[in-house]
Amino acid sequence: MDDRPISRSLKIIAGVAFVFLLAPVMIVVPLSLSGEVYMSFPPASWSLRWYAEIAHSGKMIDAFVLSLKLAVLVTIVDLAVALPASYALVRLRPRGTELLKGIFTAPLLLPTIVLGLAMLIVFARLGLLATFQGLLFAHVVVTLPYALGVLSTALDALPLDRDEAAATLGAHPITVFRRITLPMMMPGVVAASALVFLVSFDEPVLSLFISGPRLTTLPVAMYHYVEDRADPLVAAASVVLVVLTLLVVVVVERTAGLTKTFVK
Amino acid sequence: MTAAAAFAFTPSSPRKARSPAAVLILPIVVVNAIGFVVPVINLAVMSFQHIEATGAMTGGWSLEKWHDVATDDYYWSLLTGSLWTSFVITCLTLIVSYPIALFLHRATGTLKTVLLVAVISPLLLSSVVRTYGWIAILSDKGLVNSALMAIGMHEPLKLMFNLTGVMIGMTEILMPYMVLAVLSGLGRLDPRVEEAAMTLGATPFRTFLRVVLPLSMPGIAFGSLLTFVLAISSFITPKLLGGGRVFLLATEIYDQAIVSLDWPLAATLSIVVLVVFGLALAAYTRALKTIG
Repeated sequence: MDDRPISRSLKIIAGVAFVFLLAPVMIVVPLSLSGEVYMSFPPASWSLRWYAEIAHSGKMIDAFVLSLKLAVLVTIVDLAVALPASYALVRLRPRGTELLKGIFTAPLLLPTIVLGLAMLIVFARLGLLATFQGLLFAHVVVTLPYALGVLSTALDALPLDRDEAAATLGAHPITVFRRITLPMMMPGVVAASALVFLVSFDEPVLSLFISGPRLTTLPVAMYHYVEDRADPLVAAASVVLVVLTLLVVVVVERTAGLTKTFVK
Repeated sequence: MTAAAAFAFTPSSPRKARSPAAVLILPIVVVNAIGFVVPVINLAVMSFQHIEATGAMTGGWSLEKWHDVATDDYYWSLLTGSLWTSFVITCLTLIVSYPIALFLHRATGTLKTVLLVAVISPLLLSSVVRTYGWIAILSDKGLVNSALMAIGMHEPLKLMFNLTGVMIGMTEILMPYMVLAVLSGLGRLDPRVEEAAMTLGATPFRTFLRVVLPLSMPGIAFGSLLTFVLAISSFITPKLLGGGRVFLLATEIYDQAIVSLDWPLAATLSIVVLVVFGLALAAYTRALKTIG
């Protein structure tokens, strides 16, 4: 074990780098409490007016509700699609499992701007552009690799003996999965759901390509707002997203382990 | 198309095709085929499609978009500008991320967990929010300029709506990827090697330069690949912090696709981005071989 104390110069340099990394996330909190009409930091006066403004802004509320609906549905669809797939890939291991895993991860590796454009062109032809179904489908495609990855890892870590015991005693494979495997991999299911929900809720790029003027997700609404105006309204919306992110981080850390999910 | 794709991935005999594994992966295969494979193939095809001056696509084929992109100086400057910007961002990201990775490598216990969570969490936060945070820091009335005015500067520094702002914002946004890549690379570093160098009389700085740094090269290479590739394909931050005054490959793709509706041109430029990807990956593979 490396018990040497960390040198002071490294501590200072790393500390400065951490401040740089977290500054833009931290600054939205005090900024959202600004009482000013324009964005300035530090604000000359404080108030909750921008939270009230959001509550009264039909556009932001609609966008928030849409993002919420979308993220919930994306999570449900992802679980329905990724649970059977992860079971097949981890437990049944058909021929070409590794190749399949590669193909299913590919949407994550392709630059989102390229994927967004590719979807825009095909969705336009399918009449899916600026529709809820189109957004749902696009989000399912990009979030599936996360769901599949987390669920496969969870399933892979489970011991097989109880499944085998139940099967030996004559339980149908579906019963074994429902009564034994699924309950045991529940932490993985919770982590996958939280992650998928958040990625969908936060996703700006694909949504910018697919959404329309009357169908806007929260990140898209925020993007367009920032393009047009510089006032603290978006800071208040940002705080909502930051809180949501922290919630998901806690859920994932408590269930599957955040570091285990992201550091391989 | 979908059915064909599904069967291509499963054992070919009809009896086997009805096997449980095939049934279980069928949904994900269908989603991937319609939502990923078909659109991407279609994108490559689109770049060779003819488009009328009116914007109508009549179904004819042409190389004109490729010809335009190859001969127009504007697109060349876009490409070289994007390559250079992404390169600078990658270097800056490495410089600010390396100390964090090294610190995390040496930290233990709760401190390590908390700081790791602090590195990973921004990854999960929308880039719109993080870019907005940078606007609050860099704008004329932002944190930095307010501080500078308070200590007696008269003119605010122009830190936004230019390439400087884009580079600062992008560097911070890509940091978590670099930290995680370098950190996993440092996993190979045996603390006893460092101790040996110190025992033999090397100063801490010399130990870092001759032992730690060379051993962490694979992590640096992977992190740089990731950062470079993500930098060249990002457009949210360049759009918002560039304020429409910074023109890069990715912002051009978005503008052509959404504003000008010239999809063949946007498709051609995306293929250019993918080619840069391929080249970066090849360079990475070569670098990895040289490092050993």
